[in-house]
Formats: sequence, C-alpha cells, structure tokens
Amino acid sequence: MKNYWKILYNGIIPGNPVFVLLLGMCATLGTTSTAYNGLMMGIATGVVLVCSNVVISLLKNLVPDKVRIPAYIVVIATFVTVLQLAVNAWLPSLNSSLGIFIPLIVVNCILLGRAEAFAGKNGLLPSLLDGIGTGIGFSIALVLLGGVREILGTGAIFGFHIFPEDYGMLLFILAPGAFIALGYLIAIVNKIRKTC
Amino acid sequence: MKKLQSTLPNMILSLGAITVLAGGLLGWIYSITKGPIEKQALAQQQAAIAEVAPPFNNSPEEEKWSTEIDGLTFTVYPARENGKLTGAAVKGMSMNGFAGEIIVMCGFMTDGTIKDYRVLQQAETPGLGTKMETWFRDPAGARSVIGKNPATTSFYVTKDSGGEIDGITAATISSRAFLETFRNAFRAYQEYEKKQVHE
Repeated sequence: MKNYWKILYNGIIPGNPVFVLLLGMCATLGTTSTAYNGLMMGIATGVVLVCSNVVISLLKNLVPDKVRIPAYIVVIATFVTVLQLAVNAWLPSLNSSLGIFIPLIVVNCILLGRAEAFAGKNGLLPSLLDGIGTGIGFSIALVLLGGVREILGTGAIFGFHIFPEDYGMLLFILAPGAFIALGYLIAIVNKIRKTC
Repeated sequence: MKKLQSTLPNMILSLGAITVLAGGLLGWIYSITKGPIEKQALAQQQAAIAEVAPPFNNSPEEEKWSTEIDGLTFTVYPARENGKLTGAAVKGMSMNGFAGEIIVMCGFMTDGTIKDYRVLQQAETPGLGTKMETWFRDPAGARSVIGKNPATTSFYVTKDSGGEIDGITAATISSRAFLETFRNAFRAYQEYEKKQVHE
C-alpha cells in the first residue's frame, strides 16, 4: 500500500514533469498565460496520460519491443484525438482558449516518457497511479506558472483582479516572461527539495 | 503471458491490430461528435448574427451572399424586416493579424453605420490583441467603432496618417488587421446593396 502512495507522490514532487524532469516545455510555456488555461491544459494532459498509461500497461506483452514506440504513439494520438473531438463538441469555449495546444499533446514528451519508462514495465494499477500522479504534478506546475504570469502580467488570478491591469508587466504575458517565471519557479522548487 | 518476440509477423500483426482498433475507435467517436460539433458552430454563428445585425424577421442564413475581396471570402447575411433591408451581418476576415486569421462578424445598419460586432476567431497575443472584443466598443477616446460609418470615418488606427480609431495599446498590428476586416466587410456590404438595386 505504501508503495502505491510512493508511485502517486513521485509524479507530484520528486519526479515533477515540469520542475524536475523538464519535459513538455512547449505546452508548458505556450499555454500558461493565465492560471485557468494552465489548469485546463494540465487536466487535458492528465486525462490523456491516465488513459494511455492504462492501455499501454495492458498491451505491453502484446507489443514486440522493436515496434513499441510506434504502438505507444498510436495509442497516445488516439486518446488525444478523442479528447479534441469531445472538447470541440461539448466545451467550445475551452476549445477556443486552448486551440492548437490540444492536438500538440500528442508530441508532449511526458506521455511517451511515462509510457516508455513506467507503463511499459508495470501492471495496471501502478500505471494508473503513475498517470494520475504525473497528471496532478503537471497540472500543479502549470497552474503555478500560469498564476505567476497572470498576476505579474495583468494583476489578476483566475480572472479576479488584485491590482489594476494598467500596472501589469506585459513581459510576463509574452514568451520571454514565461521563461523567466519558469526559471525562478524551478529554482524555488529545487531549494525546497534540497532542504526537505 | 510471455512478451511477444520481435519477429516480423508478430510486429506486423501487433502494430496492425493496434492501428485498426485505434481507427475504429476514432471513427466511432467522430460519428458521435460530428452532430454536436456542427450544431455548436451553427449555433455560434446564428447567435453572432442575431447579436450584431439590426432587427430582422427573415432568415439571414438562407439569403446569404458571398463575395471575394483581396482573395478572402466575405459573407453577407442580409437582415430584413417584412421584406425591407434593415442592414446586414457580414462575416469578414483578415490574414494580417499578429498570429493566424482574424474572423469578425460585423453588423451594419442600412447606411453602413456599424451596429455591433463579435470576434468569432482570433489567435492574437493573450492580454494584448485578444482585447479586441472589448476594446473597440469602449466609449473612451476614439476607441469605439460602434455607431461609426466606414464611409465617413477613416477606419485606420490614429497612429497611421489620417486614421480616426484608437488602436489597442501595444497591439497595433492586431488593431490594423481588425480595422482592415471592417473596411473590407463594408465593401462587401456595399457590393451587396448595389446588387440589390440592380435586381
């Protein structure tokens, strides 16, 4: 039982995909202009990650080693497309705010990374927990980064204004601000991990 | 169960089976979501027409008329009340935005005065160009386009010589593309009016 907690916890802090593994940077930097967008991207990626981890852990013995990467990618791409169609059909407002980044989940290294490093070697339950943990870790990282950028850039958090928008630093809404904010967040997380 | 060996038949069978299953699943999901997606798009468009066009009791979608301006398609959705033209909603676009195309539903009264607008699609910089949905209806300064007529007001940003509309701060490119959409939508509307007279 303790072991399962460890798997779940691993994706959140010791193996956080953004702050520690530095995977999936494209989506991380691109979608985190607001905390809400970060949260939605985190959830979308998490859902695909859980589904693909589960399916890959079930298929692992049916897939010969030499074709495992294309097989994993097909599984991941299928779930991403399903998600994209579903969002298009039932959540059009989310579709307009995340737009191009939903199909790009396919090439997010976190998914293939977890499939290759974890789900392809472990059973159903550990893979499910690993997917959930990593998804939560990714979501937390994206919300933190999106929150920092939104506050500094527009003076709001989840759309609630803390100070007037005119005093916001535009830089943080744009790509360079994303790199700067991410750098500081990684430094802070590293500091916390060292002292723990 | 033992892991399958990497022999050619195994690889072909395994990968083939996975892709067939994936294809089947996608086809099924596509068939379920196709209806709702089309309905969403149509509902969005109808809502936008109803919001921007003057009062009408015809079906603007059935009377739609398209024309090409600078290689882009502009669609006029005429609004009529008891058969008399009260104005139109014009779906216009510009490729000169900061990122991707900008599609705007522009509402015109009979004389070409802008009644309202809705931005249907844009991929401008968040926090800058994305403000276009609210900025150009803000009564402050010369920001608003509502109640102005492209025939009498110069639809260029004040930064450019002769312009009479305040562009979005730090998003001049997006503002120029937005105003360009209106100029061209107005041309499309004029073309449509002219055609009406001749008929």
